[in-house]
Amino acid sequence: MLNENQVLETIEMVEKEHLDIRTVTMGVSLLPCIRADAKATARAVYDRVMRQAEGLVPTVLALSREYGIPIVNKRVSVTPVSLVTAAFPQESALVGQALDRAAHALGIDFLGGYSALVHKGTADYEAAFLATIPEVLAGTERLCASVNVGSSRSGINIDAVRKMGELIKETAERTGAACGIGCAKLVVFCNAVEDNPFMAGAFHGVGEADTVINVGVSGPGVVQHALSYCPDADLTDAAEVIKRTAFKITRAGQLIAREAAERLGARFGIVDLSLAPTPARGDSVAHILEELGLSVVGCHGTTAALAMLNDAVKKGGVMASSRVGGLSGAFIPVSEDIGMIEAAESGKISLEKLEAMTSVCSVGLDMIAIPGDTPATTIAAMIADEAAIGMINNKTTAVRVIPVPGKGVGETVEFGGLLGRAPILPVHSGDASKFIGRGGLIPAPIHSFKN
Amino acid sequence: MRAVVTVTGTDRKGVIASVSGFLAEHGANIEDVSQTILGDQFAMIMMVNIAEGGETFSELCEKIASLGREIGMNIRLQHAAIFDAMHTI
Repeated sequence: MLNENQVLETIEMVEKEHLDIRTVTMGVSLLPCIRADAKATARAVYDRVMRQAEGLVPTVLALSREYGIPIVNKRVSVTPVSLVTAAFPQESALVGQALDRAAHALGIDFLGGYSALVHKGTADYEAAFLATIPEVLAGTERLCASVNVGSSRSGINIDAVRKMGELIKETAERTGAACGIGCAKLVVFCNAVEDNPFMAGAFHGVGEADTVINVGVSGPGVVQHALSYCPDADLTDAAEVIKRTAFKITRAGQLIAREAAERLGARFGIVDLSLAPTPARGDSVAHILEELGLSVVGCHGTTAALAMLNDAVKKGGVMASSRVGGLSGAFIPVSEDIGMIEAAESGKISLEKLEAMTSVCSVGLDMIAIPGDTPATTIAAMIADEAAIGMINNKTTAVRVIPVPGKGVGETVEFGGLLGRAPILPVHSGDASKFIGRGGLIPAPIHSFKN
Repeated sequence: MRAVVTVTGTDRKGVIASVSGFLAEHGANIEDVSQTILGDQFAMIMMVNIAEGGETFSELCEKIASLGREIGMNIRLQHAAIFDAMHTI
């Protein structure tokens, strides 16, 4: 039997502490849509996405009302498009545009999967596909792209890393009038996961079932609030508090995921146990770290605090859900977290510290604005560093940086909405072009050979 | 189905009458009630059982929320499952 406190605690979490389900993402396989030419394929893709995801938005809205818990985003992820257009890669844009039209017609905010997996080598059709990314991102609004350039099993494809440095620059330039916003829809991964519900990196893996519902939970504000009740607890006890809170948040996500899957006739995929911040005050991962006793995120101690937070979230969440997956951990996107924005504006957090933090949290260098004149090879080198952290530590890492055209250090760029605003951070002025220019594949680490 | 009604806001006359009247009209049986007033703040939690077959639960959630707006209180109707999920193993 429920007691009063339990009911009021849940309501308080929703109304005062920003507890929400961050996204219900439907994964749709596009493999049945491959036709003899690009036009017919694009038509089949549009029809299939519309058919499978037709009920997504109304169903999610009804669930939100009935359970009294906000569900912020409705999204779709699809099979990496490079596989669908392998016979006519130069015309991949037709499929990308069809997906963007479907996203508008469905009323979803993002559709992910304009993607390629090139971690062990770039096939000719994949090279041609990659070249379409800047133009497609500039010409669409809701489509997201991602490219996997490395894995713990296969090493890092430095040729693809170099290419991605160039494509990020080109995407920024093509969307220069909107501060390079195209780059906010482009993620470069190492160890990309096939069931990630979060954007911009979501795609529907080829090992997945036909249509799947993946749910991303959130709730940094709830964790911060719970910690505020025990300001003098030692870190063992603080980790327990985080665990218990993550358990409750995840149980809500699990319930919504199961119910959404049943109503939509899809398979329940996974719950992603991530703490995803927004630019709203009271919804910040950085502020959780500060609640633990740091004067400002970015100071010494930040990596340790984040490691503890990330691990405690996983431990609480795993107990609460029958199937866990995606990225599952704490996100640290700079422009989307008010605590991170403020630390960056006051010069208290650097790219180097952010890189260290990515070795213990669930993703990588995320939503970071850098000077528009940063060379492509420097961006490629940043990607290589992140991929190396992911490869060696058997975890997902990602780079989503925006070289803002015409802007430099000290200026701020405003993306609006959930994408927030970002002060432009300085990058190291040293030159890595010779290293990146060598190309080839960084071999997989010795500890990856487990067979 | 089991559901939870919560009513919060500044205390005023007739709140319980309006809410219980609405529930009776819509085929919901009140199984348990807990109510407190702290200062001028009113808080009430009701466990209800809603008969199948009438309007959809989603519609009922909307209607009771709009009743709340009419009488100046915050009224929510939610599936009991969300509370069970978050607070019981």
